[in-house]
This record gives sequence, C-alpha cells and structure tokens, in this order.
Amino acid sequence: MILLLLKRIGFMLFTMVVVSIILFLLLETGLTGDPATRVLGNFASDEQKEMWRDQHGYNQPTVVRYAKWLGNFATGNLGTSIRYKGPVKEVLLPRLWNTAILGFWTFAIMIPLSLILGVLSGMKEGSMLDRTISVFGILTTSVPEFASAVFFSALFVFGLKWLPGTSSMIGGFEFKQLILPAMVLVVYDFGYVARMTRASMAEVMTSQYIRSAVLKGLPYRRVILKHALRNALIAPFTVIMLQINWLLSGVIVVEFFFAYKGFGALLLEASLNNDIALLEACAMVAVVVAVSSQTIADIGYTFLNPRIRFS
Amino acid sequence: MATQSTTQMPSVGYGAAILRAIKSFGLLRESWVGMIGVFLVLFWVIVAIFAPLIAQFDPNASIQPFAKPGAVAASGSTFWLGTDHMGRDILSRLVWGSRTVLFYAPIATFSAYTVGILMGLMAGYRGGLVDDILSRISDIILSFPVLVLYIIVIATIGASGINIVIAITFASSPGIMRIVRGLVLDLRNRDYVAAAQTRGETDWRIMLFEILPNARGPLIVDACLRLGYVIITIGVLGFLGLGLPPPDPDWGGMVNETRQMAMVFPHMTLFPCIAISSLILGFNLLADGLREISLRD
Repeated sequence: MILLLLKRIGFMLFTMVVVSIILFLLLETGLTGDPATRVLGNFASDEQKEMWRDQHGYNQPTVVRYAKWLGNFATGNLGTSIRYKGPVKEVLLPRLWNTAILGFWTFAIMIPLSLILGVLSGMKEGSMLDRTISVFGILTTSVPEFASAVFFSALFVFGLKWLPGTSSMIGGFEFKQLILPAMVLVVYDFGYVARMTRASMAEVMTSQYIRSAVLKGLPYRRVILKHALRNALIAPFTVIMLQINWLLSGVIVVEFFFAYKGFGALLLEASLNNDIALLEACAMVAVVVAVSSQTIADIGYTFLNPRIRFS
Repeated sequence: MATQSTTQMPSVGYGAAILRAIKSFGLLRESWVGMIGVFLVLFWVIVAIFAPLIAQFDPNASIQPFAKPGAVAASGSTFWLGTDHMGRDILSRLVWGSRTVLFYAPIATFSAYTVGILMGLMAGYRGGLVDDILSRISDIILSFPVLVLYIIVIATIGASGINIVIAITFASSPGIMRIVRGLVLDLRNRDYVAAAQTRGETDWRIMLFEILPNARGPLIVDACLRLGYVIITIGVLGFLGLGLPPPDPDWGGMVNETRQMAMVFPHMTLFPCIAISSLILGFNLLADGLREISLRD
C-alpha cells in the first residue's frame, strides 16, 4: 500500500517535471519561433529584440535558463504578466478561487444527478427507463458547451428573462450569475458519469451475490441499497475524480462565454495575448490540479476496493 | 469447405473484413437509434458534397446585413436563415461550413488513428521497454486537460487547418494507443498469430494483417465517438478564436462572431449551434447503434 502510494506520487512528480520541460521548450526557446518576437510583436526592431533578450536572460544556455525557470516556479516566483503589468501570482489566485466556486457548484449538482440516473438505469439493463436515460445522455453530450450556452441563454435570458446573460460579477458575488455556467457544465458532463455508473451498476447486478440476495427473498429495495450500491459506487468515484481534469477544459469555454472572471478565461486570455509568464503559470496549475486529482483517484480506488486493499 | 473457412477463420485479411463491416452496417437497420445517427450523418455529408448546388449565395459575400430569416434578397433569392452582421447569408455559410468540418474532422481522426494504432501495436505486441516508454509518454499527454493542451499547442504553432490536425493527433493518439494496446495484449496469444509466427512472417505483417483486422470492432465504435469529439474540438477552437482563420465559414467561428448580438438577432447564433450539435449527435447515435449490434453477436 505504502509502496503504491510512493510509486504514484513519484510518477506524479515525474509527470510535472516532464510537462515543465515541454512547456519550457515550447514557449521559452526558439523551437516554435522566437520568444522575443512573440512578446514584442512582429514589428519590433532587431536591436529591441536583442535588448529584451539580454534583459530577460535569454542569451544564457538553455539548460541554465531551464534550471532558473524551474527554481523560480518551485519557490513561487511565477514572473510578471505583460498584460496585467503585475506579478502573475496576484492575478492568478483570485481567478483560481472563482473557478473553484464554479467547479464546486458544478460538482455539487452533477454528482448526485448522474449517480441517481446511472443507478436507476443500471438496475434494470435494457428497460425502457434505461434506454430513455441513455439516449438522453447521448443527446446532452452531443451538444458542445458553447452551443448549450447559446441555447440556455436564448431560453432563460432572452426568452424567459429569468437569469442574467453574463457572469462577470461586477457588482460583487451574485449566486444568480453562477447558475447558467454551472448548468452548461453539468448538462455536458453528467451523461458520461451516468453512463459509467450505469455500466458499473449493471455489472454488479449480474453478480452472484446479488442473485443470492434476491433468491433468498430480500426486499428489492434492500438488495439495491445495502448490497449493490456499495460495490457499484467504487468505479464512479474514479470517474468523478477524473472529471476534474475535464472540468479544467470545460471552464475555458464557459467562462469565456459568460465573461466569468475565472481561471479558464485567464488561460485563454494569456494565450491570445502571448502573455507567456501567465500562460506558463496557468498551464502548470492546470497540470498540477489534473495530475493530483488522478493520483487521488488511483489511491482512493485502491483504498475503497477491499479486494486490492487487503491483497 | 472454402466458404466455411472464411466464416470460421477471422484472420483472412482486409477484403473479408470490409465485407463484414458493410454487413454489420446493414444490421444497423435493427437499431432505430443507430438509424437516426446514420440519417443525420448522411444528411450533412450530402449537404457538404452538393454545397455549390444548395447554397444560393457566396458564403463570404456581403449582401444585406441583419436580414431576418425568410427575407428576400434584391436578386430574388430568399435568405432562408437570414444574414449575419456582415450581410452574409447564414444558410450558405452553414452549407459551406459543413465542408470545412467534414474535411478536417475525418482527416484529424484518421491521422490520430494512424499514429495511435502504430503506437498501440508496437506497445502491445513488442511489450517490454518499448511498451514502457510509449505508455509513459501517453500517460503524460493524457494527464493534460485536453483544451489546455490544444490552446498551448495552437498558441505556439499558430492557428491553421494543418495545425489543428497536428494538435488533435498529438492529443488523441495516446488514448487510441491505450485501446489498441489493450486489444493487442488479448489478441497476440491467439492461435492464428502463433501460426503466422511459425510461418515466419515479419512482426509488422503479423501486426497489420493478423492482429489489426481482428481488433476492428471496438475501434470502429471508438472512431465514431472520436469523430464526434473531434468535431466538438474544431467547433470549440473556432469559438475561442483559435480555429481556422476568417473569413471562410466555420461553425464555431460563426457562433463567436455573432453571439454578442444574440439578444436582438438570435438566428445568427442559433442556427450554427443547431448544425454542429446535430452532426455530433449523428456520430454519437451511430456509435451507440454500432455498439448495441456488436454486443448482440
């Protein structure tokens, strides 16, 4: 168990280092175009570029620069954002907090919804309810986030005039503005989690011990709640943890659409404005969050599954 | 005897495999979900092929801005879906845009599959160090949130059709590799592989002509799902302003350009969204139908 833990954490650190090398190579070296041109624009003169390179230490050997860059990152010195004219950290942290709020509400709605639908359709595979839920799930996952954002806006903002169309929270935090972004994310994602839950539930329902439980005359309700659910919900735990990775992609679209001041919109802005320091920091944060959630998913799965835990 | 052996031996090569694939598409008639998928996909394929005949206007020509759906142009033709803020006919842009999507999405998927299949075959069949290295590489790429990966790749190499194909190949081939690897690990111990090895066939011949045709079932289903997903990706990139450069029509880009005016002119934004959603739905329903049929055998 401890060995597995160390192995997972080791792999997590290894991934982060490799990703940092890739990021560095892509954004900080001449591999994909001159960084000086990227920052100063196409019309900067050669002298200006040379001066900029000199000032920012771009004339040192690549390995030295990478070591310095990584050292700065590890000690929390994330550099300066060109667009926001200030330390990246100060720009990044409030944005991350906003996205955490959005993510929390998305998961708070999505998890119960998808688990209930998944269990209901997995209980009786092939039933009318099962088919309906699965086709409904395919339907909602087929609509890209930006399209469902358009549809919901048309309905709830322009049609019924119930909800505000943007979520920039200019006048302070307002829960009403969070509803549409969270709704779009939930609708796109619950189908997948429900399908995974259904598969897990369906598998458990065909197992020997459920058959015995039914045959010895236990009430159906009890079989489901006491016997089936315990095992059926182990796999969805991993799936839900892995959805954090997906959420990091989803928030980019949704925050851009609703002008929500979150992490995803910041990352997009950084890439559109060639704000390299900010883009690097955002990308690293995204990878750290994604890799840690995968590690937690793995460890949690091992912990929840007694067959692995006790072997 | 000869006819029996073709049905019993699964490893007769691609001719029979393609024949069976066509037959299983015929089976789709039994799944109404799959039929709706086929209908939606075929609809857009036909629209894309006959785009010059269906579209009555030049998709990039500025004719009459802010026309409502059904308005009649000076030339006598009708703007069935209205025009956008630059006076371009939305129906014509949708029709030509279907060409863009149905051109790049299959190319990107095919390219991702080529790389993913080769990696998966090598990792699964050779095993050992090759497997370890390829698996670690794909673990690392897959640990990225997809869209973050696309944004970084596009931000560094620039937005263009070919770069979108490269980015999608880079991001999706590891997932395909995992599936292929899993299938190969199961198939490589079959008798017909052992027979081919005894015949002295080369590794690549065995991988491509013995193993791969027998792994096609799950791969076809996955390819349909992935095509839908690639269309989402192309749409999202267009929507974020990282897609194909304007002015050529691109569904995601159309949504981005007109969404600020959606309150007054909802038709500009709604129709491209309906178009892209229906095409993706088509591929997903098709995949579901195929899966249902493959489970039945």
